[in-house]
Amino acid sequence: MSPGKRLAVLGAGAVGASVVELAGEYGHEVTAFADSRSAVVDPDGLDTAAVLDRKESEGVVGQGDPEDALAAEYDVLVEATPTTLGDAEPGFSHVRGALERDRHVVLANKGPVAERYADVMALADESAGDVRFEATVGGAIPVLSTIEDLTPDRVAAARGVLNGTANFVLTRMAAEGLGYEHVLAEAQDLGVAEADPSFDVEGTDAALKCVILANVLSQGEREYTLADAEVEGIKNVPGSALDLAAEDGRTVRLIGEATRDRVRVGPRLVPETDALAVSGTRNIVQLETEYAGQLNVSGRGAGGPETATAVLADVGRLD
Amino acid sequence: MSDGPSVHERGCGGADAGEQAERTDGGEAPQPHTVRLELVDEPGELLAALKPIAENGGNLLSIFHERGNLTPRGRIPVAVDLECPPDRFDVIVDALREEGINVIQAGAERFGEEVSILLVGHLVDTDLSDTLRQIEECANASLTDISLSAPEGRDQPSSARLRLAARKGEVASAVESVRAVASEKGLDVIEPLTEGSA
Repeated sequence: MSPGKRLAVLGAGAVGASVVELAGEYGHEVTAFADSRSAVVDPDGLDTAAVLDRKESEGVVGQGDPEDALAAEYDVLVEATPTTLGDAEPGFSHVRGALERDRHVVLANKGPVAERYADVMALADESAGDVRFEATVGGAIPVLSTIEDLTPDRVAAARGVLNGTANFVLTRMAAEGLGYEHVLAEAQDLGVAEADPSFDVEGTDAALKCVILANVLSQGEREYTLADAEVEGIKNVPGSALDLAAEDGRTVRLIGEATRDRVRVGPRLVPETDALAVSGTRNIVQLETEYAGQLNVSGRGAGGPETATAVLADVGRLD
Repeated sequence: MSDGPSVHERGCGGADAGEQAERTDGGEAPQPHTVRLELVDEPGELLAALKPIAENGGNLLSIFHERGNLTPRGRIPVAVDLECPPDRFDVIVDALREEGINVIQAGAERFGEEVSILLVGHLVDTDLSDTLRQIEECANASLTDISLSAPEGRDQPSSARLRLAARKGEVASAVESVRAVASEKGLDVIEPLTEGSA
């Protein structure tokens, strides 16, 4: 384990806040923290509990401008602002700023590595800093580090359930014989689905993760963006389809697949007993390896503390 | 299937005949089988070999007559795909042997893989029987089972589960063909994860 690092955390949503909360436990200190409107900086390390209280009660993390956090003293920039598509801004500029200062970057934001992978890698090549992004795929599940250990050359394909909301909806529809709209409303009441669930149920979120996987597997020989993915969501899956699947010992899951040649997300028929038929909000990734057969890694694919553990694992892997 | 000159006849309507066999027998559903024969290259030999199959309740699916190849005994290898209830298969093979036909391999199923697939959408309004016919023709697969569920009436999307038997290694292309047929009709396909897929 490398020595403790000074972290600048951008983004004060569930993941960013959890990173700030848990950093000390992992032996790191937080020297800067910013949300979209404010920032707080202390080269000697923030009083993280006080900062999180302030965010909770006042809605801001401090008095400073968000730009202050970027300019602060830190070893690792943790980019946990919301994922944006297209130019992946402002996340991409945050990554560039840190790498140009020869600092490390750990991403929880999928945008830069899904939409501008080649640009990010080019910046990393020029920098003394590294870029890691375990948290962008499968939350707490160690997917990218597993591929790194196996080496991407020896992984032919990655597939799996990469969106807990869609999986929850399909699981409930199958178990209760309820319609899509009904189950979605229930998921929103439970806080499993967001008020605007389109990112999850249309397959975009799973597709971004698969795009990132395809970029990792391709190792720069081909660059993928969301536009290269074939994406189909679960809105057109009627209860009758799940009933027919169940009669046959099968079920339907939103499966994402990534290889060097293709990125594809869509509802698929899988045996009820298959490893990929995880239930509820659980995620799973199945790697097709050259020498080790199929390797399944399963766990919590979302959530603040869960995803923060992936961020902090990345921080720990930095020199 | 492309080596050398060959006759490849695709039997259509296999599912209809299969359903009939199931009814008349009251037994198990017909299953696909392959028999490999050796024929002397003489007129009428092929027809003579097919007769015992039809006469004993077999439904011919395809015949692959490898005229360009010769067996070690100097004869022509022929592969016949047929469908019959499981208990009829031995009767058919015995009947072939009684006719003096050399059966070199029997029972290794050429349609060795079965695949389930869901179709979703306005299945009835888009002429389901035509959809199924197209799938059988284009997918080079045999439809062995279908279940339809339309709990909400014709106005709402309905679902059908198809079971297709395809040759080993051809499942992925059969599924691809189903997608093409479905896409023409504006239907959604929920396909299985097949070996070797992305």
